[in-house]
Amino acid sequence: MITGPSTDPRAAQPGAAPPKRRGTELALLGFAVLVTLVAQAIVDLTITGSLRPDMALFGGWITGLWAVAHLVVRKWAPYADPLLLPSVALLVGLGLAVIHRLDLAAEQVDATATRQDAPVQLVWATLGVALFVVVLVVLRDHRVLSRFAYTLALVGLVLLAIPAVLPASLSEVNGAKIWIRLAGFSIQPGEFAKICLIVFFAAYLVDKRDVLALASRRVAGLELPRARDLGPVLVAWALSILVLVFERDLGSSLLLFGIFVVMLYVATERASWLVIGLGLFAGAALIAYQVFGHVQARVDVWLSPFEYRDAAGYQLVQSLFGLGTGGLFGAGLGGGRPDQVPVAKSDFIAAAIGEELGLFGLVAVIIVYLILVERGLRTSLIVRDAFGKLLAAGLAFAIAWQVFVVLGGVTGLLPLTGLTTPFLAYGGSSLVANFVLVAVLVRISDAARRPAVPAGPPRPALGDAPTEVVKQ
Amino acid sequence: MNAPLRRVAISVLVLFTLLIINVNYIQVVRSEELRDDAGNTRVLAEEYDRERGSIVVAGTEVALSVPTEDRLTYLRQYPQGPTYAPVTGYYSLVYDNAMIERASNEILAGTDPRLFARRLADLFTGRDPSGGDVVLTLDPAVQEAAMAGLEGVTGAVVALEPSTGAVLGMASTPTYDPGLLSSHDPAAIRAYWEELNAAERDPRLNRAVSDRFSPGSIFKVIVSAAALSTGEYTPDTVVPAPDTLTLPGTTTELENFGGSSCSSSGEQSLIDALTVSCNTAFAQLGIDLGEDRVREMAEAFGMDGEEREIPLTVVGSSIGDPENDAELGVSSIGQQDVQMTPLQAAMIAAAVGNDGTLMAPYLVDQLRAPDLSVLDETDAEVLGEPVSAEVADQLTEMMESVVAEGSGRAARIPGVTVAGKTGTAENAGPDHNWFIGFAPADDPQIAVAVFVANGGGTGGDVSAPIAREVMQAFLDGQGE
Repeated sequence: MITGPSTDPRAAQPGAAPPKRRGTELALLGFAVLVTLVAQAIVDLTITGSLRPDMALFGGWITGLWAVAHLVVRKWAPYADPLLLPSVALLVGLGLAVIHRLDLAAEQVDATATRQDAPVQLVWATLGVALFVVVLVVLRDHRVLSRFAYTLALVGLVLLAIPAVLPASLSEVNGAKIWIRLAGFSIQPGEFAKICLIVFFAAYLVDKRDVLALASRRVAGLELPRARDLGPVLVAWALSILVLVFERDLGSSLLLFGIFVVMLYVATERASWLVIGLGLFAGAALIAYQVFGHVQARVDVWLSPFEYRDAAGYQLVQSLFGLGTGGLFGAGLGGGRPDQVPVAKSDFIAAAIGEELGLFGLVAVIIVYLILVERGLRTSLIVRDAFGKLLAAGLAFAIAWQVFVVLGGVTGLLPLTGLTTPFLAYGGSSLVANFVLVAVLVRISDAARRPAVPAGPPRPALGDAPTEVVKQ
Repeated sequence: MNAPLRRVAISVLVLFTLLIINVNYIQVVRSEELRDDAGNTRVLAEEYDRERGSIVVAGTEVALSVPTEDRLTYLRQYPQGPTYAPVTGYYSLVYDNAMIERASNEILAGTDPRLFARRLADLFTGRDPSGGDVVLTLDPAVQEAAMAGLEGVTGAVVALEPSTGAVLGMASTPTYDPGLLSSHDPAAIRAYWEELNAAERDPRLNRAVSDRFSPGSIFKVIVSAAALSTGEYTPDTVVPAPDTLTLPGTTTELENFGGSSCSSSGEQSLIDALTVSCNTAFAQLGIDLGEDRVREMAEAFGMDGEEREIPLTVVGSSIGDPENDAELGVSSIGQQDVQMTPLQAAMIAAAVGNDGTLMAPYLVDQLRAPDLSVLDETDAEVLGEPVSAEVADQLTEMMESVVAEGSGRAARIPGVTVAGKTGTAENAGPDHNWFIGFAPADDPQIAVAVFVANGGGTGGDVSAPIAREVMQAFLDGQGE
């Protein structure tokens, strides 16, 4: 078992212990479970007219799942932010209802077909909660992670590289070479690589931020870094481009680079990094547009989807039709035709929600994401160690950036990239990986809100724990 | 690190606000546009859940919806698809709908206000809502004869009941099978659509109403009507009929068909000029009458350039805008910029046959609620009186002569007097071949227009026999 220090040497002075808010979490989880079950029931009643026979089993399962998660948080992370887990529960529950709804739609089209995507997704959610529990029980102090930074970096890179190296038959689905397909299972290793790399970025940047924050000269109010310090950002940039070239994965490429640049900015407090990052991105985007047919096609479809309505733009146009038809209130769960959008259950699940739950439903989902992200960033603000700060910021921003890029794509705000919608969309890798991500966030938020222990002799700081006063 | 963190938090807020603004834009501002887009099959799919009304001809459904096992509850079928396709159109998941399926969509889909009370009742009784039926004026014998007559050529036939304007037949070739566009298999629909796109002549075009062509000599009926209506001409009035006519202000020599001579004396009676379809005589006559008289008569027969709803949309027919006497002369023999739809051509014959009274053509006899009660019935409506009964009689006499001893002899029906006029119109390709006429001449029951695009022969060879078959089919049916 990995254990960190039981007390935090730099904790605030003892005072009134902050409330743990576990009751709040329990109540909100109860609400999420209620929404999950009601959504399932509405889907069943609208489409088949009766509740499915295993509804009680499903209800029990879901309730048990969140009860276990809650109890584990209560025991092993008692001061954790009370909004993180319920936000996740709400999104997962809604996703299950929509996936179940799409299962039924498939069965309507072909009466002989039985589609079991929702039960499979429930299994993945269960595995996700299991990993969530494992992370909280095993990882007692997030700072321990920084010890494994370079190992995790290696793991992340290997995970990222595997699909590129594998033959297309084992790694390619719909043109994106981002899978490992073995014996009926498909894993998107990129989802896990993302977390490994964020941990590495955090540890690395905490180590090097003083150097990276050094300015050489000022240009137009920006303090530019020294040329030789451009190394790390160029490496991240090159990595993203490799992902784009060898895996044709615009989304992950954009995601990795965006996360790194933002973490670099947070670590160094130098806005010049943002400008440099943006410049590098713009350059790469311009070249990618010229060189890669698939990038160009995405951009063309984005600019004028209706011109390509019967070809490359079909999916986006169908998505827009669904959203437009949904209007303010939506067709009601089970009342629309979200299955008209190809692969609605994964990339385009937001279109299904917009069509059936309307503008109000979709905006509610966006706000739940916003709550999740802002609670993550808040954790980052109040946690006392620099590594925790950067790690929480990276993880929270990863969710935000991914949601923005995906929902922006589905609604025509940005070109389509092919990232999954965290927690909502069908897909095991994404779901399980995001559970791990949130588990780490919960762990950090517990440390952030935990009251300082009564005074005692400060223990020697760990090698990786920063000893300087945290900048405010 | 907290200052940049706060900025990141605010940036995330801004990004998510952008998302929310964008979905507001799509789901509120653009909602209606997206919902009504022809490519959005969701609303159509909703329609498929309702039993769409039938299109009925003489008690037989030519378009009907039958329940299916798949998720689109009803499938549209067209038992005699190609025969009625020009009128019914199609009802497609992918390509919207056309012709009556489009023009009468509200009744068929059940959304017409006249079905409101019933829909309200459906809501309370739990009865599945369904659409109303559209009963057409078509006569199956006429329609089948018309389609059979056009087999192998590109063209159109329109048959009208002169006394009411009811459309008895409306054929257009080449035709297609609307059932194949109305299936539930988008891939098959697209494949068939592409096949139709690739056809040299678009089978989806209803040439009877959706396109217009040079009428050639059938336009001489209108010039004759204009002449007779002045009171200065009778069928026996002798008019100049030279072998060639030098068009005023030009050196262009207008010839008769095939360079033939109308009369050895260089002049002939008006009735003879129409009987042999003398170009020089009618060009000169039109010039003598002047543009205003020719134009007014053409407009009185319906050639006013305006679209018409019968309820299919009929494109406007007109004589164009002759700029001088030379062009007026050419226009008077139905060339130059004179353009008419086959329906317009049939309206000319029908008005002459109806003692000079032009009736508004109509295709829909009745609209019926799902319980077969009549929601609406089309009443015959007078569009105008282009010529007096007396002039109509004179025109009839002249047109009888065309069929009895002139260019329209192929339209003769034993035991029945037929009145008619042929037309052979020059155009970019081989000549268009026309025939308009009505029968019986003394008590007209049916008026027809036959148009064969680029038939290459004469109106008398190519189109008159088709008109005969169509009129015969109708008159045989009436005798029973």
